[in-house]
Amino acid sequence: MSDDIGLWGVPLAILGGAIRVSTPFIFVSIGECLTERSGRINLGLEGTLVFGAMSGYAVAYHTGSPWLGTLAAAFAGLLFGLLHGWICRLPRVNDIAIGIALMIFGTGLAFFFGKPYVQPVAPDLPAIPLGFWSSLPQVQAALNVNVLFLAGIVLAFATAWMLKNTRVGLTIRVAGDSADAARALGIDVNRVRLWSTAAGGALAGVGGAYLSLYYPGSWNEGISSGQGLMAVALVIFARWNPVNCLYASLLFGGAGALGPALQSVGVTSGYYLFYAAPYVLTLGLLVATSSRSRAMPSAPGELSIVK
Amino acid sequence: MSLHVDEMTGLAGRTGFLTEAGARRIEAALLPLAALVAGMAVFALFLALLGKSPAEFYALVFKAGFGTAFSWTNTLTRAAPLLLAALCVALPARLGLVIIGGEGAIVLGGVAAGAVAMLMPGLPASVGIALMALAGMAVGGFWIGAVGALRHLRGVNETISSLLMAYIAIALMNHLIEGPLRDPASLNKPSTAPLPEAWRIGEMPGIGVHWGLAFGILACILAFVLIERTTVGFAARIVGGNVRAAEIQGLPAGTLAIGFTALGGAFAGLAGMVEVAAIHGSANASLAAGYGYTGILIAFLARHNGLAIIPAAILFAGIEASSGLVQRRMDLPDATVLVLEGMVFIAILLSDTLQGRIRFLAFLERRLR
Repeated sequence: MSDDIGLWGVPLAILGGAIRVSTPFIFVSIGECLTERSGRINLGLEGTLVFGAMSGYAVAYHTGSPWLGTLAAAFAGLLFGLLHGWICRLPRVNDIAIGIALMIFGTGLAFFFGKPYVQPVAPDLPAIPLGFWSSLPQVQAALNVNVLFLAGIVLAFATAWMLKNTRVGLTIRVAGDSADAARALGIDVNRVRLWSTAAGGALAGVGGAYLSLYYPGSWNEGISSGQGLMAVALVIFARWNPVNCLYASLLFGGAGALGPALQSVGVTSGYYLFYAAPYVLTLGLLVATSSRSRAMPSAPGELSIVK
Repeated sequence: MSLHVDEMTGLAGRTGFLTEAGARRIEAALLPLAALVAGMAVFALFLALLGKSPAEFYALVFKAGFGTAFSWTNTLTRAAPLLLAALCVALPARLGLVIIGGEGAIVLGGVAAGAVAMLMPGLPASVGIALMALAGMAVGGFWIGAVGALRHLRGVNETISSLLMAYIAIALMNHLIEGPLRDPASLNKPSTAPLPEAWRIGEMPGIGVHWGLAFGILACILAFVLIERTTVGFAARIVGGNVRAAEIQGLPAGTLAIGFTALGGAFAGLAGMVEVAAIHGSANASLAAGYGYTGILIAFLARHNGLAIIPAAILFAGIEASSGLVQRRMDLPDATVLVLEGMVFIAILLSDTLQGRIRFLAFLERRLR
C-alpha cells in the first residue's frame, strides 16, 4: 500500500492536530469555566499555564515520572489560583487587572526558574495508539491519543454533571449568579470563589504540563502561544458550558493545526497568516456571540465582563 | 478611576489647612509610591531567599540605569517607546476600558513606517519622516480604535480582544516582513528595506537621546491636558465613573470610547515608528520587544495620569536597561526583571484596596484642630 495519500493528508493532519493541540485548551477552558461560573474571571491563566509547563517539566525531569510532573503542575496552578482568589476577595480590587498582573508574574517566574531546564530532556506522557487498525502511518500518527486528552473528555462531562446535579455545583452556580442570594442561603461567596479559582488554576497547570510533557513536548520560553488567554475567550463562546468547552477546544485545535497541515503538503505561502487562524477565529466568534444591548444568555450574573 | 463629586465641583469640605480633596490627592500620590516600594521589598526578599544579594541587585540597577551620563542616555532611549505604549493603556483606562494589546499597534505602526520608506524612498526627508509618523499613527489608531469600536458596537470585551489582536498583529508583521515587504538583501533577519539615511530620526542636541523621547513626553503632556483640563476629558472621566449615568446625561459614550482607544493606539503606533526610524533603521521582528506589556504596568503605576507616566516610564526603562549587567554580574536569568515587574504590579493593585482608608490624614487633622 502506498504511503502517499495526497490531499487526504490535510484533513487527517487537521484531525490529528485537533486532538493534539486541543488538550491544553480543554483543561484551561474547563478550569476557567468553573471559575467564571462562581462569578469571577481569571485572566492570569496564561501565566499559570506557562508556570505549569515549567514546573511539570522540571519535576518530571528530576523524578523521571511525567505523572508526578503533571501533579506538580496542578499543585502550582492551585497556588496561583489561590493567590488570585485571595487578592480578589479584598475590596476595590479589580479581578481583570489582577489577572493581567498574574499573567506577567507567572510567566516571569516560569522563565526565571525554567532557565536550567531548556536543555535537559524530561520523559514524555504516554500516548495510546488508537490507530493500530490502520496500516497508514498518517492515520496511526493522527490517532496516537494522549491519556490526558481522554481525561479531558471525561472531565468535561463530569464537570457539567457536577455543576448541574450536585450540591457543590449548585453552590458554585448560586455564588456566580447572585452574590446576594448566595449570602441569603448562608453561603460564603468569597470562599466558594476562592476554591473555584484554585481548581481552575490547577486545571490550567495540567494543561501547561501537557504542553511541555507531550506536545510540543519540551520546555522553552515560547511554549505557550496564548492558549491560556484564548481559553478565556473560548469559555464565552462555549456559553459557560463545560461540554461546549470541549467541542470549542477541538475546533480551536483544528484551526491551530491548519498551518502545519498545509505546510506538510507543500503549501508554504502565507504560512504566518495561517498561524494567526486560531486568534482570528477566536475574535470572530467573540464578535459574533457578543451583544451590545442584552446580557449574554446563560452568562453568570455576577461576572464583571458581562455586567 | 472613580470620580468624586466634591472633587469635580470643588465643594470639598474645608476642615482646616488640609481639605478632604487635598488629603485624597496626597493619598493618590503616596499609595502607588508605597506599593512600588513594597513590591521592590518583596522582590528583595525573593532574591535573598535564593541566596542572592538584594543590595547588590539594586546597586547594579541604579548604576546601570541611572548612575552615569551614559546609562541615562540608554535609559531615556528606552523610555521613549514606553511613554507612548503606556498612553495606549492609560487613555482608554480613564473611560474604564482595560486595553492590554498595545504591542500590536507598536509592531504594525513600525511596519507601516517601514513600508512608507520602502515604497516612496524618493521623497524629501522631512516629508518622508512626517509620512512615516502619520502612517504609524494611522495604523496603530485603527488597530486599537477597532477594539474600542467592537466594544461599543458589539459589546466585545476589550481586554481579550485587544490581546488577540496583538497576536494577530505579530503574525501579520511576520507575514509582511517575510513576504511582500521583505528586502531581498536581508538574509539572516527578514526586514523591510533600510530607511534612507536622511530619514533616520537624529539625536536631540546635547543629551544624545533621539527625538522620540521628546515626542513621548509631549504626548504625555497632551494626554494630561486632554483628560484633566478639557471638556472632552471631563466627559471621558464621567463615562469612566459610570457609563449609564453618562449616557443619561447625553454624553456620547461610544464616540468617546472609539476616540480614546484610537488616540491611544495612534501613540503606540508612533512608538513603533520611532523604534524603526531611530533605532532599528528598518521594520523587523525586533519591534515585538515587549514594550506594550511594560506599558501596562507603567500606566497602572501612574494611575493612568499622563504626567505621572513620565517618571514611571523612566524608572522602568532604567530597570530594563540594567537587565544585561544584572544577568552578567549576578548570574541571574533575563526574566529577573519580569519577576520584579510582576511583583510590583501585584503590589500596586493590592494598594487599591487601601484607597480611601488613608483618609486618616484628614481625620487626624480634624482631631488636632
